[in-house]
Amino acid sequence: MSVLELDAVVGGYGDTQILHGVSMKVDPGEIVVIIGPNGAGKSTAMKAVFGLLNLSGGKVSLDGEDITNMPPEQVVRHGVCYVPQTSNIFPSLTVEENLEMGAFVREDDFQPRLLELYEVFPPLAEKRKQTAGTLSGGQRQMVAMAKAMMLEPKILLLDEPTAGLSPKYRGEIFSIVKTVNATGTPILMVEQNAKQALKIANRGYVLVDGKNKFEGSGQNLLDDPEVAEMFLGGGAAA
Amino acid sequence: MIEFLNFYLIPGLVLGSIYALGAIGITLTFSILRFANFAHGETMLLGVYITWSLVQFSGLHPLIVLPVAAMLTVLAVLFIDRAFYKPFRASPTIMVVIASFGMMLMIRSVVQFIWGVQLKGMTQGIQRPMVFFDSLRISPKHVMIISATIVLMLAVHYLLSRTKIGKAMRAMSDSPELAKLTGIDTEKVVRMTWIVGGALATAAGVFLAIDTHIDTNMGFKMLLPMFAAAILGGIGRPFGAVAGGLIIGVVEEISSYPWIGTEPLLNPGYKAGVAFAIMIAMLLWRPSGLFKGKVF
Ligand SMILES: Nc1ncnc2c1ncn2[C@@H]1O[C@H](COP(=O)(O)OP(=O)(O)OP(=O)(O)O)[C@@H](O)[C@H]1O
Ligand SMILES: [Mg+2]
Repeated sequence: MSVLELDAVVGGYGDTQILHGVSMKVDPGEIVVIIGPNGAGKSTAMKAVFGLLNLSGGKVSLDGEDITNMPPEQVVRHGVCYVPQTSNIFPSLTVEENLEMGAFVREDDFQPRLLELYEVFPPLAEKRKQTAGTLSGGQRQMVAMAKAMMLEPKILLLDEPTAGLSPKYRGEIFSIVKTVNATGTPILMVEQNAKQALKIANRGYVLVDGKNKFEGSGQNLLDDPEVAEMFLGGGAAA
Repeated sequence: MIEFLNFYLIPGLVLGSIYALGAIGITLTFSILRFANFAHGETMLLGVYITWSLVQFSGLHPLIVLPVAAMLTVLAVLFIDRAFYKPFRASPTIMVVIASFGMMLMIRSVVQFIWGVQLKGMTQGIQRPMVFFDSLRISPKHVMIISATIVLMLAVHYLLSRTKIGKAMRAMSDSPELAKLTGIDTEKVVRMTWIVGGALATAAGVFLAIDTHIDTNMGFKMLLPMFAAAILGGIGRPFGAVAGGLIIGVVEEISSYPWIGTEPLLNPGYKAGVAFAIMIAMLLWRPSGLFKGKVF
């Protein structure tokens, strides 16, 4: 059974329909990447999972349970954590306080988890007492991811985790994504740096105008001349 | 010099402490619930009258009944939130602001209806000032107000920096949307905001009543300086609000000191205008306030 499944999801903001029947799934242990042009509805598809828009059709299910239109605070409690594309940290809180907030719904002791995550994100351990808003873009992204991981989620949703980062940090974030995934957390990720993302992905979806355009394994999409031309900056992937 | 301390600076600090306590509630509601609460002065008023009744009833000192009065005031505020503000949670800000304006008028009318409009005193008799170094005169009530304010501020600091709910309050003030996505119980944070704001407003009102007297316009008169303090400190910055309150209180008082010649620099009748002038200047010069608060 898939961990997360979107089945012909239709919805948007107010009266504007953005998603016209989007389907995708994430199986246990997978990294799944969504690519597509600006405004294709990639972020909107993620928000659809998180109950941030009103879906007028289709179904979202988590481990087979219907979570369509469930409000965000409930979705979190069901084990889905989401790192939005923008404003994904609390800038005036310290790094450690951000992670503590990530654990808000936990009732047990979160300290062991905190220490585990400091191992995955060594720069955060060093800056634990620093105000998160003063960190560099890459480190903020790490805070956002670590914060989302505090709950040991069933699945992690990442919206463009490498947007605006230097190549050095980009590589670092991708390797963290792999590390996190290796601990057993499936990941659904939107990415602009499509080539790099597809290389670490099990599968990928290409979304255009709120509809599925292509899908396949990461390697298949990289090799597909049409996908390469349209979304990978021309030419087949190196 | 000693006259300056006794009659201008110390009263300024006392007034500033009172503004500061009130402004914390304003800045928290503004940043966490995202609206300017015009009824905050009336919360103060309600707290004062409840305290007055408890004092009449029990014969105890106002400071001793203050915790009970604060609790009753908080209950009233939580009820108001539930009944009048919660339905507007998802509506445009302006609707809640107008609702709070309506609440301001309603609470004041209720207070006037129950307790009447005549002046009252919180404490009886005149206190002899304590004298330090032969000439520094501080009245015991001023010592009490300033020390109680310090204790309350330490408590607020502890709450916001050491407790889970306090940190969640700061998180929600940073971003209510992200707070929801993170699974923070935002309604619980909202309740805590009212509890802190309501309790501090009661304390501020009672201190003012102890320092001066009680009348049904006192809440409204406090509203402008409290907003000015919150804006001066930066919206969403409780300690900015404290600094803002102290600055405005002190500047209001020392503006009538005879700095030049023997006449007051500013006629005491213009005191209220001082807070307003500071607020406007701040909004023009640096809308995010001294401590880099939010700009809406
Ligand atoms: N909150 C909103 N209210 C109304 N319309 C929105 C909102 N957010 C996005 N849209 C619109 O929905 C469409 C899809 O936006 P979305 O953010 O999902 O695109 P995207 O694929 O994530 O693009 P990008 O690569 O730029 O992040 C766009 O036309 C956008 O203008
Ligand atoms: Mg997007």
